[in-house]
Amino acid sequence: MQTVKMVITGPFSSGKTEFIRTVSEIDVVATERKISSEVEKIKESTTVAMDFGRITVDDDLVLFLFGTPGQKRFDFMWEILSEGMLGFIVMVDSTRPETFREARTILETFKAYAPTPYIVAANKQDSPDAWEVEDVKHALRLDPEVKIMPCVARNKESVKTVLLELLYGILAEMEKN
Amino acid sequence: MALKGNLRDFTITQLLNLVNLARKTGSLIIEGPTDVAQVTFRDGKLAFARLGQTDSSLATILHLNQKITAGQYRVIKERAGKMTDKELGLLLINAGYLSQEDILGSVQQYFIAIIRQLYTWVDGFFRFQPDLMPPEDKITVRLDLENLIIEGSRQMKEQEQLQEEIPSLDMALKFSERPGTNLRNVSLSVEEWRVVSYINPKNTIRQIAKANKMNDLAIRRVVFSLLQAGLVQLARPEGMPVAPVTSSSSSRPGAAPLPVTNKEEQKSLVNRLISRIRSL
Repeated sequence: MQTVKMVITGPFSSGKTEFIRTVSEIDVVATERKISSEVEKIKESTTVAMDFGRITVDDDLVLFLFGTPGQKRFDFMWEILSEGMLGFIVMVDSTRPETFREARTILETFKAYAPTPYIVAANKQDSPDAWEVEDVKHALRLDPEVKIMPCVARNKESVKTVLLELLYGILAEMEKN
Repeated sequence: MALKGNLRDFTITQLLNLVNLARKTGSLIIEGPTDVAQVTFRDGKLAFARLGQTDSSLATILHLNQKITAGQYRVIKERAGKMTDKELGLLLINAGYLSQEDILGSVQQYFIAIIRQLYTWVDGFFRFQPDLMPPEDKITVRLDLENLIIEGSRQMKEQEQLQEEIPSLDMALKFSERPGTNLRNVSLSVEEWRVVSYINPKNTIRQIAKANKMNDLAIRRVVFSLLQAGLVQLARPEGMPVAPVTSSSSSRPGAAPLPVTNKEEQKSLVNRLISRIRSL
């Protein structure tokens, strides 16, 4: 049995767990805890170790989706999670510009871990408070060639589109080399 | 969709950069600490700017830019008070008092001065309204934002440096214990004197700023110049507990190597993944 791994990362409360939950065929193995920090108390619980979702491709291939913990004090987990990944997705909460700087830092950190393809998902695009995808792209100071996709993490089609876009990117990268 | 947030997270320079790159048309409304500003753009270029209820009539702008005298200003206000800016501009050009360049240049300088003022705002809500344009009677310009962005970036750099030099405004100041320093012989600006008058280990820099109605950037500038001159030293405010030293976890080892497999196999694997995801 061959297994491949994709990492879903991003700031606290950007929608990583939701993203994995939407497409995983198993109940997401989430290690969530009640939030202790007042500053980060915009949701009841957060991922402290990792989320873990699974998509069986066929008899001998399985795709694992790993979500990184969102809170900064767990960033020691990031490097462990990034080992051997096929690619990664950076989730950004389009309604919270105060997290854009952190999203960029996370993106740069993961890029340094492994030179694998990646994509940025501008999540919560169904919210009236969401920044437009192009604005998020400029705000994150992404290079023109970096792909950023609109995303609604609880919508299966939207999640599929993001995953497919990353896979097309991985394929294109392979053909280039 | 909403382009809104707080200047704490997204600076004026970053906003200008975004407007410039996205060639946006509309108005940025910024609710600052004391005023509300409107900055309007057309196709990513600066068109108009207004700060709070400040008199931004053409007559006032020309007077501020010394294009008309105080007497002329008074006469215009008395006799042409009901004229729109555009009408007044045309009148002044046709009467040969001023050229079109004089008027547009003055308006441009006025807008730039507002943007410069906005650079000092570090806190405040902003929102972009694509449908909000300046009143019809106002004179607008078409000014490239690049130079303003560069200027803002320089200022941001200065802010960052000041932030590094004075990391916390919750520190207090005390007079330097260097022998021979005599404040009476030092030439200080009015702002510096105002800060100096509050120096006391009981007062934090933040409190001094508040007492003098100075924003973070302004107080940091003054404190930095006082520090550089060796007149004052940073001190722990009286009664403040000693904070533990925390270490940074920013250093990380390099990238983990990817498992090496046959390229065709890899491609086939990715294609299988694509088919599977499509079928979900």
